[in-house]
Order: sequence, then C-alpha cells, then structure tokens
Amino acid sequence: MKKTVFLGALTVAGLAAGAAAAATLDDVKARGKLNCGVTTGLVGFAAPDSNGEWNGFDVSVCRAVAAAVLGDATAVEFVPTTGKTRFTALASGEIDMLARNTTWTFSRDVDLKFTFVGVNYYDGQGFLAPKNLGVSSAKDLDGATVCIQTGTTTELNLADFFRANKIEYQPVPIETNAEAQQQYLAGACDVFTTDASGLAATRATFENPGDHVLMPEIISKEPLGPLVRHGDEEWSDIVRWTLNALISAEELGITSANIAEMSAGTNNPEINRILGTEGTLGEMLGLDAEWAKRAIAAGGNYGEIFAKNIGEATPIGLARGLNAQWTDGGLLYSPPFR
Amino acid sequence: MTTFTDPPSESFRLSMLLNDTRYRSYTFQFIALLILIVMMAYLGMNLVRNLAAAGLNISYEFLDQPAGYDINQSLIDYNSQSTHMTAAVVGIINTLLVAFLACLTATLIGVVAGVLRLSKNWLVSKLMAAYVEAFRNVPVLIWIIIIFTVVTAVLPGARAYLGEDPEYDLFLGMMAFTNRGVYIPALIWGPGSGVVAAVFVASIFGVFAYRRYARNLLFETGRLLPMGWPSLAILIVPSLLVFFVMGQPITMDMPDPLANRFNLRGGLQIGAPLIALWLALSIYTGAFIAENVRAGIQAISKGQTEAAASLGLRPNRIMNLVVLPQALRVIIPPLISQYLNITKNSSLAIAVGYADVTATLGGITLNQTGRAIECVLLLMLFYLVISLSISSIMNVYNKSVSLKER
Repeated sequence: MKKTVFLGALTVAGLAAGAAAAATLDDVKARGKLNCGVTTGLVGFAAPDSNGEWNGFDVSVCRAVAAAVLGDATAVEFVPTTGKTRFTALASGEIDMLARNTTWTFSRDVDLKFTFVGVNYYDGQGFLAPKNLGVSSAKDLDGATVCIQTGTTTELNLADFFRANKIEYQPVPIETNAEAQQQYLAGACDVFTTDASGLAATRATFENPGDHVLMPEIISKEPLGPLVRHGDEEWSDIVRWTLNALISAEELGITSANIAEMSAGTNNPEINRILGTEGTLGEMLGLDAEWAKRAIAAGGNYGEIFAKNIGEATPIGLARGLNAQWTDGGLLYSPPFR
Repeated sequence: MTTFTDPPSESFRLSMLLNDTRYRSYTFQFIALLILIVMMAYLGMNLVRNLAAAGLNISYEFLDQPAGYDINQSLIDYNSQSTHMTAAVVGIINTLLVAFLACLTATLIGVVAGVLRLSKNWLVSKLMAAYVEAFRNVPVLIWIIIIFTVVTAVLPGARAYLGEDPEYDLFLGMMAFTNRGVYIPALIWGPGSGVVAAVFVASIFGVFAYRRYARNLLFETGRLLPMGWPSLAILIVPSLLVFFVMGQPITMDMPDPLANRFNLRGGLQIGAPLIALWLALSIYTGAFIAENVRAGIQAISKGQTEAAASLGLRPNRIMNLVVLPQALRVIIPPLISQYLNITKNSSLAIAVGYADVTATLGGITLNQTGRAIECVLLLMLFYLVISLSISSIMNVYNKSVSLKER
C-alpha cells in the first residue's frame, strides 16, 4: 500500500493497490478499523451530523458490520465516494465494503466483479416536480427539462422511459446532488429525477417541502445494497449475514431494547442461534458467538434503523412499502439462521 | 633532449564513462532513463497483475455497445441507441466547440484588456488591473459555478415566456433569454439556398481581394482607399441581391412559445451550460492573455512608438501598425499555452452539466460500463492529441510572425 501512495500521482496506480489481498477479514482485524465507502452526503442514508459523526441508513450497515467483526460499532473509517469513484475505491481495496445506495445490476455483479450481499433498500427511480407545474404524471412531461444526478443508473432508465413513452425531454446531467438541487430550485429544470428515496431525502432539505410532489411513476427497479469485492467469500459471507441478522432480528422481534434479555436464552431456537446461545454459527463465520448480538445492538434491528433514519417520523418520511418484512407484504426475506 | 610524442591515442576505456566529463553525462542520462523505464514497467506490471488477480481485463468492446443515455447538446446525429463511441464523439465535438469559442473570445478580451491596462487613463488602466487580478487569482471552477449560478438566478425560467399571455415577450419577437439558455431563430436552408451561401463565401474572398488591391495601391501610388464601408458592402450586398433574386430561400425558424408547456420549441437553443462555461473560460483566460499582451507591448522599445509618432501616425495606427505586429512575437508563445489551458479547463464542464468529452466518455460512459482505466486512457489520448495539434498549428503561426533575419 505504501508504494501505491508514493506513486499515487498516476491514475492507473489507483487501481493497483492490494486488489489481490484476499483475506479482508484479517486486514480489517489487523487495522482495527473497517473502511466503509459511503456517499459524500445524502441526508438519512449517509451524512455527517453537526458533530461530524456519520449517521444514516447505509451508515448503520457499516456500523453493524464493524460491531460484528471488531466488537466496536464506532471503529469505522467512513470514506466518502462519488458515483464515479466508488467502484474503483472498492476494487482497489481502499474500502472493505461499499454501502452507498448502489443498485444491484447484472453488469456490476458479473462484469465489474463485485458481490452484492443483499438488498437493504428496494428503491425505484422517480420524479420530483414543483406543485405549481400542474403535472400529475411523468407521462405528461413531454418536452420537459430534466435534472439528473449523474453517476447512477438514472440516465439509462430515464432514456428508456421517455423512449418507451415516445416523448421528448432535455437532460441536464449534474454531478452532485447539491448542484442539481440548486438548478431544480432555480427553475433551470422542470423536474428532478433520481431514486425515489433520494428524492424524498432531498425534498426534506428544501425550505418548503410541501411545494414539491413526487410523481406516482416509479420507472425502474433499484435494489440498493451493500457490496464487496469478488473473490473473498469469507468476507462477503460476514457482510451478507450481518445484514440478514438485522432483517431476521426484526422478523423475530429482537430489538435493541430487549436484546440483553433475549440473549439470556429464549424458547425460540432461531433467536438463540442468532444471539449465539445455541449452535456455533459465529465460529463458522470466523467470528465469535456474539457477533450478531453486537451487530443488532449497534443500531437496533432493520426496522429500528429504518424508522430512526428514513422512516415516517423523520423529515424524510419514507413509508416501509416494499421494504416491509415479507410477513407484512414487503420484500424483505432473510434466509433462515441454521 | 625533448622528444615529441603523439598525444595519447583516443582508445576508449570503460572507466572513462565515469571519469571523463565528455562521457559522464551520457552515463547519468542512461541510468536515469533506465530507472524511468523500470519504474513505468513496474507500474504497468503492477496494474496488469492486480487486474488479473481481480479477474478484470482491459477491453474496449464497450465502445460498440449502445450508450443508452441521452445528451442535451449534440451537433451530430445522436440518440440513446447510439454507441458509446458516438457518445464520445459527441463529447469531443462539444469540447472542441466550447474550446474554439472560448479561444476566440478570450483572445479578444485579452488583447483589449492588455492594451487598455497600459492606457494613460488612470480609471481605465486601474479597472483593467482589477479585472486581471480578480479573475487570474480565483480558480476557474469557481468562476464557472459563479457564472452559471448568476445565469440561472438572474434570467427568468423558460415558463415565463410560454403561453398565450406570457410574463415576458420574445425580444424583438425572435429571441428569448431564459435560465436554460438563449433561444435565437434558426436558419432553414430551403432549395436554392446553396447559391446564396456560395455567393456569400465568394464575397468573403472578394473582401480579401479588395483589401489586397487597396494595400498594393497604397504602396505603389500612395493613394489611400477607404477600407471599412467597401468591405462591408462587398460582404453583404451581393448575398442580399442573390437572396432576393432566388426568392428568399433561407427562412428563419422562430422559437415558439405556444408549442410546449415546459420549454420553447423551435429556433436554436444555446444552452445555459455552454454559455456559462464559454463565458467563464473566456474571461478567466482573457485575464492571463491580457498579461501576455501587456508583456509583449512593453517588450517593444519606446523608440519604436516615438519614431512612429514623429512620422505623424495617430496613436491608434501606432498600436496597430507598429507596436502590435512586433509584440506578437513575444505574445504568441505564451498564448499557445493559454489556448491549451482553455481546452483542458473545458473538462470542468460537468460542474454545470455541459456534455463535453469528460462528461460523456469520462462520466456517464465510465460510470455505466465501469471501465475506468479504459475510459481514462482514451481521455488522456484525446487531450494529448488535441493539445499537440493546437500547439503545432500555433507554432506554424508563430513561425510566420517571428523575426525573419535576412
């Protein structure tokens, strides 16, 4: 790694660092810190608060993994990445995992050699428009100017949607959310498009959020989830099952409030297996028995994390929708712990 | 008795590589070169090895795939089904367009500001000094964003021009200034318009011919023909005549406020991103060029000005006929690097959503395909080729104005 820093002036060298390092778990343990790639700032998902502490829905996944692996939810080095730099950062080993509302797609999984460990938010691309524009459907947007935050799958979905509906538009691709937001508010574009969750988060920061509406159309499937490099299955298992532990915890009713009580032992063998009082699941992962207990205790179960960061009680105000447990009609379905 | 011996024969010994000053520099140069090659090779090998370890490869096949995204400004035929290659070409053309426009205006601004900074008028020279210092000392990205923000904040939205009873009427019935760009009438080339265009091109040659004739006449007989209005007349009158004779084949397509509820339709739209980028690059680089021009003018000895003045030339003519032609020799070489700067700085376009090559190939294409190394290598190649071309063209021009010793 040292050598790479030394020669870092060359762009190509950026990709050279330690891509071959297979044992991510050992690296993380030796370092004592988890390097987690997040956005450069999207309120509710990953953004530093007034004390410089990173908070948010994606951040909680990083913290849960750090708690499981290192026993300390604060032992995370958050690396802000842009849409452009995130994959290079992950491929080069600069970060151990990426939790940055990244859509799970075929080419990213297969061609770019990443492993998506699951989905922590089922999203879709939507449109945000001012109320006084008087548009009720995205299909009425013929001829409109559309601001796009680049660096996502957004541009492609947008082109497909307008082509499929045989209507025209003018794209204005803007690199950062902040700039795009400013363009939208100044009226330089009629509508703003990105993932619906991102739109809700952006709208929450507006002076008058009530003056803007989300169009009913969701024009794409955007399963967002954390990802790691191909080739280190031990590490991808850890991240995958940490995420699954958070989801299962909600399903099974383990919360940050009752976790101490439950870890004394319950009648439900699956809860016992997750919390490490029964079986040897932690050992199989290369961790200790209480890994999942710490992960859940770090920020609560999936439902608690959701409610605290982006749920309906927060300014972002997202409903659970597709992100409810399968038992409640949503898509969240964790494989069993046994 | 002294014997004359031949100077020692020049047989080359290995130790001379270090001890002999004639060869020592070669030795060090060779070693330095070797180290450089080894370092580059190490980096290259490192890259290849790590890519192989990660199971990745270098491949340019993605260039033939459909790009899948739209571009807001394209001078060639492009839609979302075109290939990534076409998207890159669209970006290249946009880069060249903004670079060309900015080079022209920056030169204009720079020459005017540079000359005025030397003005004897205190206010004018201080104003120009303030302009140069303000623009030269703030990063260009900040200027781009400031100008874009000002354009979007000051100008009305497009909807202010729309509808039956708009807030703003079209300027002169044909132009609209919105924060999405400026709409001007577009020319429609009807049948027979080729003749008009041909006559216009011929008139341009005519203007040059007339000016040459006038100059030769001046040199041979001393008669001074008027330059300004005949040039203008030669340029315009024949084209106008043909235009009416052919039955007005060129018509104008006006921006239409009623066709669409979101934007003006028709006409030619010069996008706000292009305007902001063009303006920012021009006035930013103009400040540097102004300094080059000032340096060039001050490099001309005062005797030249005084000699010209003693011949009775007016200050305007002294500047145009005596000082500037000589100053060009000093101005051109640094001007080349300013042109290169403009071209390279245009890659900041994505900050305001202008679709230059860094935004298409190095932005969306890179992002969608994830082929970062391939895209960045292509970008480097493109900027290298463009920069070398610009500097070779400018070097030819530099040769033509440089002092010819006889």
